Amino acid sequence: MSAMPSIPAIEVQALGKRFGDFAAVSNVSFAVERGEILGFLGPNGAGKSTVIRLLCGLLRPTSGRITVDGIDVGRDPEAVRRRIGYMSQKFSLYSDLSVLENLQFFGGVYGVPRQAIGERIQDALRMAGLAGHADTPVHALAGGWKQRLALGCAILHRPRVLVLDEPTSGVDPLSRRRFWDLIHDLAADGVTVLVSTHHMDEAEYCNRVALIDRGRIVALDTPANIRRRALDGELVEVRGTPLGRLLEALAAYPPVRDAAVFGNAVHALLARAADEAPALAAYLAGRGIGEVAVARIEPTLEDAFVRMIGRQAQGAGGAA
Amino acid sequence: MKLRRLRALAVKELLQVVRDPRSLMLALLMPVMQLFLLGYGVNLDIAHVPVCVYDQEGSPFSQGLFKRVQASPYFRIVRSLHDQREIRQAMDNGSCRMALVVPADFSRQVALQRHAAVQAIVDATDDNTATLAAAYANAVVAGFANDVRLDLVERTSGLPLLPAPVAQQSRVWFNEDLESRNFIIPGVVALVLALVGAQLTSLTIAREWERGTMELLVSTPVTPMELLVGKLAPYFAIGLLDGLICLAFAVFWFHVPFRGTLLALLFATSLFLLVVLCVGYFVSVAIPNQIGASQIALFLTIMPISLLSGYAFPIDQMPAAIRLLTYGIYARYYVTILKALFLKGSSLHELWLPVLALAGYAAAMVGLAARAFRKRIG
Ligand SMILES: Nc1ncnc2c1ncn2[C@@H]1O[C@H](COP(=O)(O)OP(=O)(O)O)[C@@H](O)[C@H]1O
Ligand SMILES: [Mg+2]
Repeated sequence: MSAMPSIPAIEVQALGKRFGDFAAVSNVSFAVERGEILGFLGPNGAGKSTVIRLLCGLLRPTSGRITVDGIDVGRDPEAVRRRIGYMSQKFSLYSDLSVLENLQFFGGVYGVPRQAIGERIQDALRMAGLAGHADTPVHALAGGWKQRLALGCAILHRPRVLVLDEPTSGVDPLSRRRFWDLIHDLAADGVTVLVSTHHMDEAEYCNRVALIDRGRIVALDTPANIRRRALDGELVEVRGTPLGRLLEALAAYPPVRDAAVFGNAVHALLARAADEAPALAAYLAGRGIGEVAVARIEPTLEDAFVRMIGRQAQGAGGAA
Repeated sequence: MKLRRLRALAVKELLQVVRDPRSLMLALLMPVMQLFLLGYGVNLDIAHVPVCVYDQEGSPFSQGLFKRVQASPYFRIVRSLHDQREIRQAMDNGSCRMALVVPADFSRQVALQRHAAVQAIVDATDDNTATLAAAYANAVVAGFANDVRLDLVERTSGLPLLPAPVAQQSRVWFNEDLESRNFIIPGVVALVLALVGAQLTSLTIAREWERGTMELLVSTPVTPMELLVGKLAPYFAIGLLDGLICLAFAVFWFHVPFRGTLLALLFATSLFLLVVLCVGYFVSVAIPNQIGASQIALFLTIMPISLLSGYAFPIDQMPAAIRLLTYGIYARYYVTILKALFLKGSSLHELWLPVLALAGYAAAMVGLAARAFRKRIG
């Protein structure tokens, strides 16, 4: 095709957004390549939706610049909107309309050519697994179906860029898997996908993830790299009762670099797990903690995330 | 503007109205209900209003006047009084709703072509009846004075026949059979259309905010102008349909004469609807919840239109300052046009002034409404 250096599908530079005194997004920069799936990972209130809304031109940035396919969102928001398919965090299709009527509406407002619309609606129905349910009112659909229909509506105009804000929240695990399969199919066709989630496990489905915390990107890499690099050491899972005392004791033990509760255990970071684990177990037993069990584990993205945020907070605390 | 987008927006909006029982009722039932309510409930026709008379002259003239009053279907003389205090008593105990006081120099004044200065004291507890009773009394007295004068002229002869200088006679001029319903109903059409139109459109943007569909709508390439036109098109059609329903009920049910042309009516109604729909749209853009928006739209239409459009309360009887205010009320022009179309059968170019005023209003409102909506959230 073209030998020109390809412009990124999405490019965000030094983006900032304040709501009054509150900085919801600060100095966010990233680029997404064509056909890439970039995940936004972060707790509620981190600023994921705000970045996404800025990208779709729904909010005006306080500072910074966003281009989609080389087009500046601030200059020509309509041209950007024509290229983007958007699924908002809150379900935004028309519940009082049928599946088909929603598809027809979005086909119409996106100006899908008349000769193509029939076929694309059929495609969308098939993809969403809603063939045979065209006349069902949308309010009667279950969560996973609604989300697939929303995706179907978002791709009718064959956008180059898909922006999905927590598309799998409130959806059962099976439907979530199915949804991610659809996202991968689209990416395989060259669609660029930006998708936010607060399910840490879902980040593994992305080519790269951006960890977002308090309006900033704290890491941006492949899931494997983030896991590897975020942890300056090896991880052990420590069980014992009571949990509160266990955490206190671990935090006070110098070889432990970091400790955080995961479920009913504590994940602790050690320099070399194999050497230090026996001493750790003995130390805990000596502090009156019962049923101690220490086991080496592979870190998950969640471990990485917790560690990175901990380091950020320490850095901020040290500076203060 | 892309036709394809307009169509998609209009179809969607229409489907939502049709599926929302409240909107549907507002669109189709409300006009008829309002027309009946205002046509019957606030029925301004008066009949056999009990009248007391206080004759200070006691002449054949005054007796003739009373005969005339008694003969009219509107009044019924129940008592003869003998001083001013008795009037108050009679009013207070409800034995009469109106008192006619004939001054001692009544015949002389009529002979001198002055105003027939019969004093009509009206029980104003029911404003509408009071206004109307006074107007009808005026008409009856004026008719009497006219005949008397005609008589005088014939007898003295040689004098030019002057028109009777009776004020307010013009009020019932185009309503020859003195039926208040004829006078009221054309104006009611304006009130009904404003009510329904502004109410329906006041919901249109608020509904998107409330149901969370706005975020996605704004993310599409729809322009604000397309949104305005696409969303208002179905309401415009519903408004015209309501106009025709009102016309049918006015003519076939209430037997109000319609002397104008349908085309003129549709044209003027279209202009009026543009204004009304844009008012509702404005409200909807400004107030992102449906209940609030519909309340404000109600307030913005009902209040000024029922009080200041002249649909029931004649503008030329208002105090000068208020009369000035009515020029700012767009419904005033439509009411003028409606009354002229129904009762006089005027043509549109006879009505160029109110038509032009309404068109100016419509153009301004559409321009403003197109700018009102910003494609942003939060
Ligand atoms: N319109 C707004 N006005 C004020 N604060 C807002 C607005 N939108 C979001 N916020 C705040 O910005 C922060 C980030 O929100 P959001 O982007 O929705 O987070 P996330 O999507 O990661 O959960 C939150 O603290 C939220 O309360
Ligand atoms: Mg969010």
